[in-house]
Amino acid sequence: MTSRAARWEDTYEMVVGLEVHVQLKTATKIFCRCSTDFGAPPNQHTCPVCLGLPGALPVLNDRAVELAVRAALALGCEVQSTSIFARKNYFYPDLPKGYQISQFDRPLATKGTVTIGWRPDGSPIVVGITRLHMEEDAGKSIHDRFPAATAVDLNRAGVPLVEIVSEPELRGSVEADAYLKTLKQILEYADVSDVSMEEGSLRVDANISIRRIGETSLGTKTEIKNLNSFSGVMRALEAEYARQCTIRDAGGRIEQQTMLWDANAGEVRPARSKEGSHDYRYFPDPDLPPLILPVERIDRVRRELPELPQARRQRYAREFANLTPYDVDVLTSQVALGDYFEQVARQSGDPKAAANWILGEVLAALNSTHQTIAHFTVRPADLAALLRMVAEGAVSRSAAKQIFTRMVATGDPPDAIAQREGLKQVSDDGALAAWVDQVLAENPGEATRFLAGETRLIGVLVGQVMRKSKGAADPKRVNQLLTERIGK
Amino acid sequence: MTDAPDRSAAALRDAIGRGEVTVRAAARDALGRAASARAGADGLNILLYQDTDLGDRCRSVQDAVDAKRAGPLAGVPVVIKDNIATTTLPTSCGSRILEGYVSPYRATAVARLEQAGAVVVAKSNMDEFAMGSSTEHSAFGPARNPIAPDRVPGGSSGGSAAAVAAGIVRIALGSETGGSVRQPAAFCGVVGVKPTYGRVSRYGLVAFASSLDHIGVFGRVVDDAALGLQTISGLDPLDSTSAAEPVSELTTAVRGSMTGVVVGRPREYFPDDLDPRIRDRCDRALDALRSLGAEIRDVSLPHTSLAIPVYYIIAPAEASSNLARFDGVRYGLRIEGDGLRGMYEATRSGGFGPEVTRRILLGTYVLSAGYYDAYYRKAQQVRALIARDFARVFDSGVHLLFTPTTPTPAFELGAKSDPYDMYLSDIFTCTANLAGVPALSLPIGRVDGLPIGGQIIAAHFDERQMFAAAYALERSLGAEAHQ
Repeated sequence: MTSRAARWEDTYEMVVGLEVHVQLKTATKIFCRCSTDFGAPPNQHTCPVCLGLPGALPVLNDRAVELAVRAALALGCEVQSTSIFARKNYFYPDLPKGYQISQFDRPLATKGTVTIGWRPDGSPIVVGITRLHMEEDAGKSIHDRFPAATAVDLNRAGVPLVEIVSEPELRGSVEADAYLKTLKQILEYADVSDVSMEEGSLRVDANISIRRIGETSLGTKTEIKNLNSFSGVMRALEAEYARQCTIRDAGGRIEQQTMLWDANAGEVRPARSKEGSHDYRYFPDPDLPPLILPVERIDRVRRELPELPQARRQRYAREFANLTPYDVDVLTSQVALGDYFEQVARQSGDPKAAANWILGEVLAALNSTHQTIAHFTVRPADLAALLRMVAEGAVSRSAAKQIFTRMVATGDPPDAIAQREGLKQVSDDGALAAWVDQVLAENPGEATRFLAGETRLIGVLVGQVMRKSKGAADPKRVNQLLTERIGK
Repeated sequence: MTDAPDRSAAALRDAIGRGEVTVRAAARDALGRAASARAGADGLNILLYQDTDLGDRCRSVQDAVDAKRAGPLAGVPVVIKDNIATTTLPTSCGSRILEGYVSPYRATAVARLEQAGAVVVAKSNMDEFAMGSSTEHSAFGPARNPIAPDRVPGGSSGGSAAAVAAGIVRIALGSETGGSVRQPAAFCGVVGVKPTYGRVSRYGLVAFASSLDHIGVFGRVVDDAALGLQTISGLDPLDSTSAAEPVSELTTAVRGSMTGVVVGRPREYFPDDLDPRIRDRCDRALDALRSLGAEIRDVSLPHTSLAIPVYYIIAPAEASSNLARFDGVRYGLRIEGDGLRGMYEATRSGGFGPEVTRRILLGTYVLSAGYYDAYYRKAQQVRALIARDFARVFDSGVHLLFTPTTPTPAFELGAKSDPYDMYLSDIFTCTANLAGVPALSLPIGRVDGLPIGGQIIAAHFDERQMFAAAYALERSLGAEAHQ
């Protein structure tokens, strides 16, 4: 298997284009005032419009337009001053009107780009966005709830989506994965979507073809549906690539068709109905006037665009000189993590320490306590206070870690915990000298040798003092006090 | 006219306001007239559903009247076409597929009538999903013309036109996609008006062809139609195609003189083969307008002959999509079949009549890949030319157009067995739907006892000028309009 796969990669190039559906973060649906909340009892969030009752008419949600424009601009697209809603006609029980309101030949935005990484020579890998258009979601068919019957839940019908179509410019599953992660990050930064594959707010269909290396024309593509995780996308692409290579190798022809990914079996299978042969009979929806976006509005959305990942990475590299590229990448991987870092960095005055703590202790704590950074029990101001206590020598590094553990558990400020648990670092020479005296007295052997000049024993003695002080002693000062005694 | 309600809608409202007539008595009177006109399925078959349980509704309107909070239609009984959503009576669109369906919400037009105090007494028969020009294509049997019961009342709003002609009510709502208010108004000898596209909200009007659909109003006289139309007009946030244009008072448009008004006589609407008796009635109406001071000017709308073919591409295309929701899944008729596909086929084949089926197939065809450009796109381009014809004429100093409403008077039931023959009865009316301009039909005389309608067409949102002319012509023709 491995050797054949290796041979395929020498012969055939994988060409992928992705269609990504992203649910916009609006309170209400795209054409009515029903709630978009996830997880309500079936058909709770419905009205004559999203149920497709006779006589009901759609009215476009302006908030959805705002977020779609923002998404388009975040992806570097040209937003069209006129776009047109069209009906995509097909019959399905979870499609109440018998058509989906979408956009067809006049989409909201076109011609975007996403930089998904860098080549070894430092040049960026740029993927083109063909188009971004607005549409409504369909409902949900539930096949396993009632015996011999399908139930339909229309809570999701009419939820606003944007569909983002990439150019067929992704070479291989790794690039596809990088594209999805970059896209998700940008949309998260732009604050237009929850971009959660688990809750269905981000869904992916993949178009894939192969061609001999060196060929410039595209091969016949297949479309893979039912992709439910980023890793699933990669695995499905590899499976379909292998299938297409096998056919080509045997002299066969790739048939244009829709494939379904079976995550459990780890394979792709042709979909039952030939979706590719559907004629959707698109035509402009006469119930909705053309969407006109004045240039002033587009410019305003552009001005108000939040900072995007690339800009933030560049700014961190500029503002926080001590951070490594790795630090920057991880800190900017999520908006909220970067926001958290910036607060801790500014309030503590030590960006490097803030980065080290966040990349170490904070991420570990989030992981072990299943928290998200946005709702983390440790507030940035408290972590900054802890860092300042360390810097000022008020607590030792090891005590700080104990304090942090208590902060994660209780949400209390570090000062209160240090006070309560007696973890305040003691730098007062009187108290330290007393501990030094005790330790020397209790370890006469080591004490004699140390005082006679065997300086390598200092570590053992400092450790004894730290233990006696329950970690509260300032190790640096203890070190100095011990050194001063040599030869006395 | 002998069995008409003695009072206009405005006069009835005033009588109710003065306490001379109770709201209940007015509603009872309407239903009584329906009974004596044999408006039900065993007679003229013009009403599909009558509300005999109006006690609460009448009481609440009466309370408003007694408290001097009476609206402009307080206590006025109205009939609503069966494709406009009402919560008190079914909304079945004259179709098996929606038989007995009761809407959980009201159309905006109905809500506005009811807020004004109107009492909905019945839903009227219609061609199934408004597809037809005779009300013969109703799943619940054909309606008959009260003036000549062997004749059709026209369509598709034949039931509403007939309800006004039979004297059951003074105001009824209809709908138009290609003349479905004006043509039956002409056939039944009543006033029928289609406002500017966007003037009246379509929310709650079951869609046939959304870009052509309008709610229209029937009145016994011009004033009834004016009162009805101004009540339901105006921007509706629930309809994205409704217009913010300020609503003009129509009932005060009355003016005796037409001095300074230029009325165009489009030659394409007076073809050589036009029934000479209809031409004669139109000429007399034009003479009346001239004697009132209007200037009559010959004009041309050169793309008129393309209206029917264009209409029969655009309307079925939109219909094929609009009627997709009647699939047996959520409401209305369901006929089980083999699997999902079988259920769809059985439900839709069993639920839709032949004319609806024909148009869905036609519309599906013209929107199909490979045909879209040749048919639908081309039709939209020609539609723009038809609209430009009107714009040019109105820009050239012409205020109104006058034409016959229909090429013939009401025909006999079963006379138009060829669908295309039937389609031609909308030849003078469907242009206004394609262009979105307001148009009104009013009686201008009779031929062999059958009513003839004259059509007044105005520029976009100029309903007031159109009504001013209608009031003047109605007064000038007097009894001649019904002779």
